[in-house]
Amino acid sequence: MNFLNLLKVAIRAIASNKFRSFLSMLGIIIGVAAVIIMMAIGQGSKESVRKNISQMGTNIIMIRPGADMRGGVRQDPSAMQTLKMADYERILEEKAFVTHVSPEVTSSGQAIYGANNTSTSMYGESVEYFDIRQWTIADGESFTEEDVRKSAKVCLIGKTVADELFPNGQDPVGKTIRFKSIPFRVIGVLKSKGYNSFGMDQDNLMVAPYTTVMKRLLAQTYFSSINCSALSEEMTDQAIEELTRILRSNHKLSGDAVDDFTIRSQQEMMETMSTTMDTITIILVVAAAFSLLVAGIGIMNIMLVSVTERTKEIGLRMSVGARGIDISNQFLLESIMISVTGGVLGVIVGYLGTLVCTSFGLPTSIPMWSIFVSFAVCTLIGIIFGYFPAQKAANLDPIEAIRYE
Amino acid sequence: MDEEKKVVIELQNVKRYFTVGSETVKALRGVSFKIYEGEFVTIMGTSGSGKSTLLNQLGCLDTPTSGEYYLDGVSVRKMSKNQRAKLRNRKIGFVFQSYNLLPKTTAVENVELPLMYNSKYNSRQRREAAVKALEAVGLGDRLNHKSNQMSGGQMQRVAIARALVNDPAVILADEATGNLDTRTSFEMLVLFQKLYREGRTIIFVTHNPEIAHYSSRNIMLRDGKIREDTLNENILSAEEGLAKLPKTQDD
Ligand SMILES: Nc1ncnc2c1ncn2[C@@H]1O[C@H](COP(=O)(O)OP(=O)(O)O)[C@@H](O)[C@H]1O
Ligand SMILES: [Mg+2]
Repeated sequence: MNFLNLLKVAIRAIASNKFRSFLSMLGIIIGVAAVIIMMAIGQGSKESVRKNISQMGTNIIMIRPGADMRGGVRQDPSAMQTLKMADYERILEEKAFVTHVSPEVTSSGQAIYGANNTSTSMYGESVEYFDIRQWTIADGESFTEEDVRKSAKVCLIGKTVADELFPNGQDPVGKTIRFKSIPFRVIGVLKSKGYNSFGMDQDNLMVAPYTTVMKRLLAQTYFSSINCSALSEEMTDQAIEELTRILRSNHKLSGDAVDDFTIRSQQEMMETMSTTMDTITIILVVAAAFSLLVAGIGIMNIMLVSVTERTKEIGLRMSVGARGIDISNQFLLESIMISVTGGVLGVIVGYLGTLVCTSFGLPTSIPMWSIFVSFAVCTLIGIIFGYFPAQKAANLDPIEAIRYE
Repeated sequence: MDEEKKVVIELQNVKRYFTVGSETVKALRGVSFKIYEGEFVTIMGTSGSGKSTLLNQLGCLDTPTSGEYYLDGVSVRKMSKNQRAKLRNRKIGFVFQSYNLLPKTTAVENVELPLMYNSKYNSRQRREAAVKALEAVGLGDRLNHKSNQMSGGQMQRVAIARALVNDPAVILADEATGNLDTRTSFEMLVLFQKLYREGRTIIFVTHNPEIAHYSSRNIMLRDGKIREDTLNENILSAEEGLAKLPKTQDD
């Protein structure tokens, strides 16, 4: 029998048992919808994390003191003091693939203005910090090289700090606030960056010249990190090589001595995050896919019932000349039709479900390929779980089948 | 018997044994005959005498344990399942006791069914052949009636049209009037006699001895062997038989 006629027979068989067909489709609908929603959430979260990381700035390279900690070995505290002023100066002198450099020292504590106080973090940075992080100043201005040289007690504050200390909408610029009892004159307010995907408030900070924080606040001579930006994304690797060479030579590390610092690029972070998100997505999708397996078994069950019910019809078809393959194709197509129709409905339900998730604030994004994969999987389920019932039908003895009551 | 006539069916010492557990049931114990084109043969015998088993052999639904069967000159015994399916599709028309129409399906679609499995027909040719077959059985005005809207007699007519549609070498009927009342049975016989007059070869299995009067030849089976094989010199007219029946209102 040709395909078109087989299709008509399959549609008629499904239509003559609408409710039962729908029930067996239901499993597929739920399964596919679940897979689509999980993939959409996975993909959406990944994109939102990516966006957050890229919000940190462009082509950032972070240098931290101490050897690579990914092995989990504890290090001597002195090992965390390897980044010094000399390193910063040498990088400034020799940089070729690196554009901006900012050493960083941090301290957390209370910021006070009048009767208001808030706990926040103070970041000591160079002037180039704002270029690296692509942070614009909403109000006021940045500190200057001059401020850095003089260790001037000036600072910029994040939106959150501004709101906490100046709740009545006063202009913070020009006011003097205290951080850990040291007075700082506010010279600017940073543009709000909001929360990142880890739920961290990116606006709860103060930024001052690194010299000020090192000398006047912490009295320390080492940096907690150095942040740089590469000339371009493609040149990130060259920039890392360059920084490694400079630091190794500055730290007099020869031959196979292990680096006493760690360099990470934003790209690398993004990849690590992506891998993590992918793993989570896979786990979610696999869980959802199990419901498809169950749905497939449901289809097989209904097809076996259908074969038994239609034994007489099968016998008749065989007696008028249907071959085994004609019969098995008929039932195979029927089960494929059920699962693919279920798949189509599942994609629709999944799409609607994704909209609901979005309205609850979950980051979602349906990857196009997940829809195609759903169809492919549904066809496959139809074939796999329809195969056994179809074979059963094809192997019926026509004489017994036609006498079946 | 006219030896010039074409042999449609030839059985040579056909045996069919079934093994049930440790026992062997000998359903056919060596049957031989030739059936010529245009014969209307009734096969009779008591229940269990092997009629259905014989018809299954003739219909290529089953193969003999031993012996040879030639249908239209082709040996069936060594054929594969698929080859036999094709042979049934092209050369045989079945009429069953219980009609076996597809449920919720129109008369034409039921009649088209055998041609669905013949790639030589396109949908237009299929429809034409089905309409022609339905007209031949007197249902030209019931083409689109569904099987569940028809009487037993009408359903059996559709089944006969379905057996005719592929222009088969032989029509095989197994107790084709077994489910019908006397009057409708006679109507069927009228139809079969019409087909006989048109030159069709018909083999009609029945346990009703009366029907043998209306066929051209009668084969009696008993215990899987032919008891008698007689030509009917005086074929009764089913139309006259029908006319003699007491009149009833219903169809
Ligand atoms: N598939 C089978 N398996 C075992 N025995 C069978 C089978 N088919 C028929 N028989 C036996 O063969 C004999 C002839 O059966 P059948 O041809 O159906 O007789 P009839 O149609 O004349 O009543 C019976 O004894 C029956 O029990
Ligand atoms: Mg019988």
